[in-house]
Amino acid sequence: MASKFTVSNRSGWLMAGPSIALIFGFILLPFFFAFGLSFTNQRLISPNPTEFTGFDNYRSLLGLGILTLEPIKDASGAIQMKDGAPEFPTVRSITRNNPDYPQYAGMREWFNFGTSGDSITYVLARDVVFMTAIVNTFLFVIIVAPLQGGLALGLALLINQKLRGINFFRTIYFMPVVVSIVVVAILWRIIYDGNNGLLNNILSALTFGAFQPVNWLGETSTAMGAVIAMSIWQAVGFHMVIWLSGLQTISPTLYEAAAIEGASKWQVFRYITWPGLKNTAVLVFIVITMQAFGLFSQINVMTKGGPLDSTQTIVFQAIERGYGKQDISGGSAISVILFVIVLSVSLIQRWLTRDKGAK
Amino acid sequence: MAAITLKGLKKSYGQAHVIKGVDITIEDGEFVVFVGPSGCGKSTLLRMIAGLEDISAGSLTIGDKVVNDLPPKDRGVAMVFQSYAIFPHMTVRENVAFGLTISGASKEEKDAKVAEAARILQMEHLLDRRPSQLSGGQRQRVAIGRAIVRKPAVFLFDEPLSNLDAALRMDMRMEIGKLHQQLGATMIYVTHDQVEAMTLADKIVVLKDGLVQQIGSPMDLYHRPDNVFVAGFLGSPSMNFLTVDVTEVSGTHATVRNAALDPTSIEIRHPGIVAGGKAKLGLRPQYLNPDDPAGRLHGRVALTERLGSETVIEATLTDGSNLIVALARDAHFPIGQDISLGFDPDMAHLFAA
Ligand SMILES: Nc1ncnc2c1ncn2[C@@H]1O[C@H](COP(=O)(O)OP(=O)(O)OP(=O)(O)O)[C@@H](O)[C@H]1O
Ligand SMILES: [Mg+2]
Repeated sequence: MASKFTVSNRSGWLMAGPSIALIFGFILLPFFFAFGLSFTNQRLISPNPTEFTGFDNYRSLLGLGILTLEPIKDASGAIQMKDGAPEFPTVRSITRNNPDYPQYAGMREWFNFGTSGDSITYVLARDVVFMTAIVNTFLFVIIVAPLQGGLALGLALLINQKLRGINFFRTIYFMPVVVSIVVVAILWRIIYDGNNGLLNNILSALTFGAFQPVNWLGETSTAMGAVIAMSIWQAVGFHMVIWLSGLQTISPTLYEAAAIEGASKWQVFRYITWPGLKNTAVLVFIVITMQAFGLFSQINVMTKGGPLDSTQTIVFQAIERGYGKQDISGGSAISVILFVIVLSVSLIQRWLTRDKGAK
Repeated sequence: MAAITLKGLKKSYGQAHVIKGVDITIEDGEFVVFVGPSGCGKSTLLRMIAGLEDISAGSLTIGDKVVNDLPPKDRGVAMVFQSYAIFPHMTVRENVAFGLTISGASKEEKDAKVAEAARILQMEHLLDRRPSQLSGGQRQRVAIGRAIVRKPAVFLFDEPLSNLDAALRMDMRMEIGKLHQQLGATMIYVTHDQVEAMTLADKIVVLKDGLVQQIGSPMDLYHRPDNVFVAGFLGSPSMNFLTVDVTEVSGTHATVRNAALDPTSIEIRHPGIVAGGKAKLGLRPQYLNPDDPAGRLHGRVALTERLGSETVIEATLTDGSNLIVALARDAHFPIGQDISLGFDPDMAHLFAA
């Protein structure tokens, strides 16, 4: 006998229709558009016809070069000195209009490492800002994923107890998740304010005035850290709830059995809780990683990528290029790059956390 | 070793009084079974002994120590749960060795003790499997293995066999019996199943609504129940109770009768039987005999169930009450036929109404 659900196929499609249309229109279509556009020179608004440009966008984003410079030698072959140090040719002299080095044309110095004074090795990038954005994004992911995941687990363990008023704490920790990230970012911009911000005031009160106010979002050394701290705080409650749901799937009798066998708190965590949370852990870390790669709203509200590009991120670059500079094909190329990065990272995570016991 | 004494033990959850003052003495090496209807507090009592529930009042002694406030691990007990509670992500070997791992035993010691437990429980071939690859009976074996490997003085079982099918339950029941003989440890065993209670126990504790009804050996309880509840709880099919008039009390015996029962003299073993009053007469179905020429109970056959080795007859007595008769042979009793039942007055129980 055919099930009623398979018989009334038409009403099934009808009900799923709106969401399928929306997913198609706002997720699938743009996804394929981004792929297509990233191989053209399309601009947001432009009278010129669109041309296919192959991998040009990718080359100008990801192009890297390594240049090793020797000190300038005079006619006799002796090293020319300047201010007591060997003098090197400038990078500009190589990358600007130098027909001897066409491969470096238009590149800029990303960073260099000098070796013992007789040569300097430069890493050149065609797009230094984008490179900074990639590094910053990875830094953000590498710091946020373990800290946020760990902190959320700690909170979940704390509130997974039968205590009076525990729901109060559950609500408190979850609250930031409900508030829009934009609102949270604006609030934290005030907290981080360099003159009269809450953080500076608290720190100076705690140190009896000894603490010198810091412009947290205005200094290259603290801006990224400030964004990281605020981001961890904002979403920790969300992941806490996921951990909590994982904790509650572990049978209480397992804990009782462990108690009778004499397991200490740490042993209970190690032998029962953590193995029982394995699937949850995979979920939490993949979600955190994906969200962290998408870092944008906080940056857009709090720093706009500054100061001195110290908080540039991949998504912020994509938006700025695509809409700010109207270079929609460049922005598309960035989102395709991000897609490839996130896809590979999650595949690696899946592989690392695969069930090794299963054959 | 470990004798166990419960003195005035009580447990309340807020206003709910679940255990209402329980006194039990358990000798070292004894096999004690707690039975009683669902919700009577068997598990709660067992968990109080294990240390998983705290004790509201009274004292609990294991060995020569009052352990009321000791955590489970310091009470020297092991427990086997109804749901097995074996760790799903560990192999059988790791599960059985868990208590040893926790206490930091060496690998050699673990291997030796696990091997011994596996031999006793005949599960050497299962050691490298995971719980998901085991049957219910095998899982329960693992749970028992985890319990015996530490050689505790006291074993607690909470309905360990109730998730198993009938055949397996019988096998495991026998194994647990053998285990008790081999280990000689004190065992407390909670069950619903009176066959388990009767066959395994040195001593049965019958509980009802958080109170002990009677404590004694299985045959004690069967042949000399203290009250209607115990009399009706043990035995299958359960005891028949007839409301009778006490016409005369003389010395140790009382004469009782009713519309269906000819006057019969029964020994008085319980207080509250007075001449001219009512009483409850308890008759086990197995002790009623339809072939007795001196039948004293009269009625007609309402239903016959023939099981081959056994015949169960439901009779409607002339006073309108129903009664079950169990014959240990095959017999045919047509519905509606008149029937007279004889019984040995010494096998009847007279309780105050
Ligand atoms: N945490 C609790 N709070 C309140 N009442 C409880 C709690 N735990 C158990 N009870 C009550 O205590 C009584 C005894 O429960 P217990 O589990 O000991 O019964 P049991 O005899 O083991 O029953 P079963 O044979 O069904 O396992 C029940 O009426 C139950 O509702
Ligand atoms: Mg129970």
